[in-house]
Amino acid sequence: MSLVSIRDVRKSFGPNEVLKGVSLDIAKGDVVAIIGRSGSGKSTLLRCINGLETYQSGTIVADGIEVGGAATNLRELRRHVGMVFQQFNLFPHLTAAENVMLAPTVVNKTSKAEARATAAEVLAKVGLSEKMDAYPSELSGGQQQRVAIARSLAMRPKVLLCDEITSALDPELVNEVLRVVEQLAREGMTLILVTHEMRFARDVGTKLVFMHHGKVHEEGVPKEVFAAPRTPELQQFVGQVS
Amino acid sequence: MLQFSFWDILSNLLVATQWTIVLSLIAFFCGGIVGLILLFMRTSRIAPLEWFTKIYIEFFQGTPLLMQLFLFFFGIALFGIEVSPWMAATLALTFWTSAFLTEIWRGCVEAIPKGQWEASSSLALSYIEQMRYVILPQASRIAVAPTVGFSVQVIKGTALASIIGFVELTKAGTMLNNATFRPFLVYSLVALIYFCLCFPLSWWAKKIEGRLNVAR
Repeated sequence: MSLVSIRDVRKSFGPNEVLKGVSLDIAKGDVVAIIGRSGSGKSTLLRCINGLETYQSGTIVADGIEVGGAATNLRELRRHVGMVFQQFNLFPHLTAAENVMLAPTVVNKTSKAEARATAAEVLAKVGLSEKMDAYPSELSGGQQQRVAIARSLAMRPKVLLCDEITSALDPELVNEVLRVVEQLAREGMTLILVTHEMRFARDVGTKLVFMHHGKVHEEGVPKEVFAAPRTPELQQFVGQVS
Repeated sequence: MLQFSFWDILSNLLVATQWTIVLSLIAFFCGGIVGLILLFMRTSRIAPLEWFTKIYIEFFQGTPLLMQLFLFFFGIALFGIEVSPWMAATLALTFWTSAFLTEIWRGCVEAIPKGQWEASSSLALSYIEQMRYVILPQASRIAVAPTVGFSVQVIKGTALASIIGFVELTKAGTMLNNATFRPFLVYSLVALIYFCLCFPLSWWAKKIEGRLNVAR
């Protein structure tokens, strides 16, 4: 059974329909790269999965919880579905460790000591052991984004949603973040990434989804899809970005 | 007829000033507590709560404080409940203060980037937890200066309580004027005392505002 199942999801902002019946199945351990032009609906789709956006019709089931239903337990859903943002969105008044510890202590009622141990573990995983007590303003963009990844990991999510997480970074900082994501992929974390990093999508992804005009226009194994795009839209898109 | 020396006038005014200060403090702190509750309601995205606070704020911001004092003083009496000027002044000033503080603080909450809400939502925090741990710690930093600035308005607002017979600085000034017939001297002193209460606050508000701007 799939971990995340998206069935015929439609979503409009006012008169503008941005998702026009999207269906997608994501199994445990999949690394799904969603690519497409801006405005193709890829970020919106990602944000629907953890309930940051509502949708008008269709169903999304993530980890057995139906998202967007009237009685959806968003809190329960979000405990298992992590999200990392383009703009990092670290809490500027808290240190790196406190950023990571907040949700475990507040939501899961973990003890401070235990949460601190978890913070040390996940910050080590993203290579920031020595920055535990630094404030976000003292960190580079790449370091901030790695703290943001650690912050999500501390909740032990079953799926991690990554919304263009390298797009706000200076080019020389992109790789340090991608390396962390690649490491997570190798460890079997289920990842859904909206990304503009085509090489990363091809090399690390297990599944590629090309969105166009609010629909899944083409999907498949990344290497095959990139080598031989079937639709002219994807051919053109790949031609433009690579 | 009694004779009042300058020092008699001044000492009488200073005694009454205590009540201005007490009324200001109570209005400010009670108004702050009510304002905080209203702030949670106003930003809750629960429609009935938001509507209630909107109407509440519009009412207390959109009518003169003097009318509010009259309504509390005479209005509650209509229901057969005895209301002292003290009680009416406290209630009216508390609600009036809370309406303005809620709006000031709402502005500060809305100044916090949307990403902070989204990140904390994604970490499964509830609305109250988001406010408590993420939004208010940041919003309160920018709220200090306008809040201190508004406290000046509260102090000056207490002057209106004189009209329903509460003896604070302005009322004492009126009474002393009636006894001494030296309006210029008496009201100059009254104004000077208000200025001495308010100026340090507005000066302090400016100072913190400047400091926060540098920090950015």
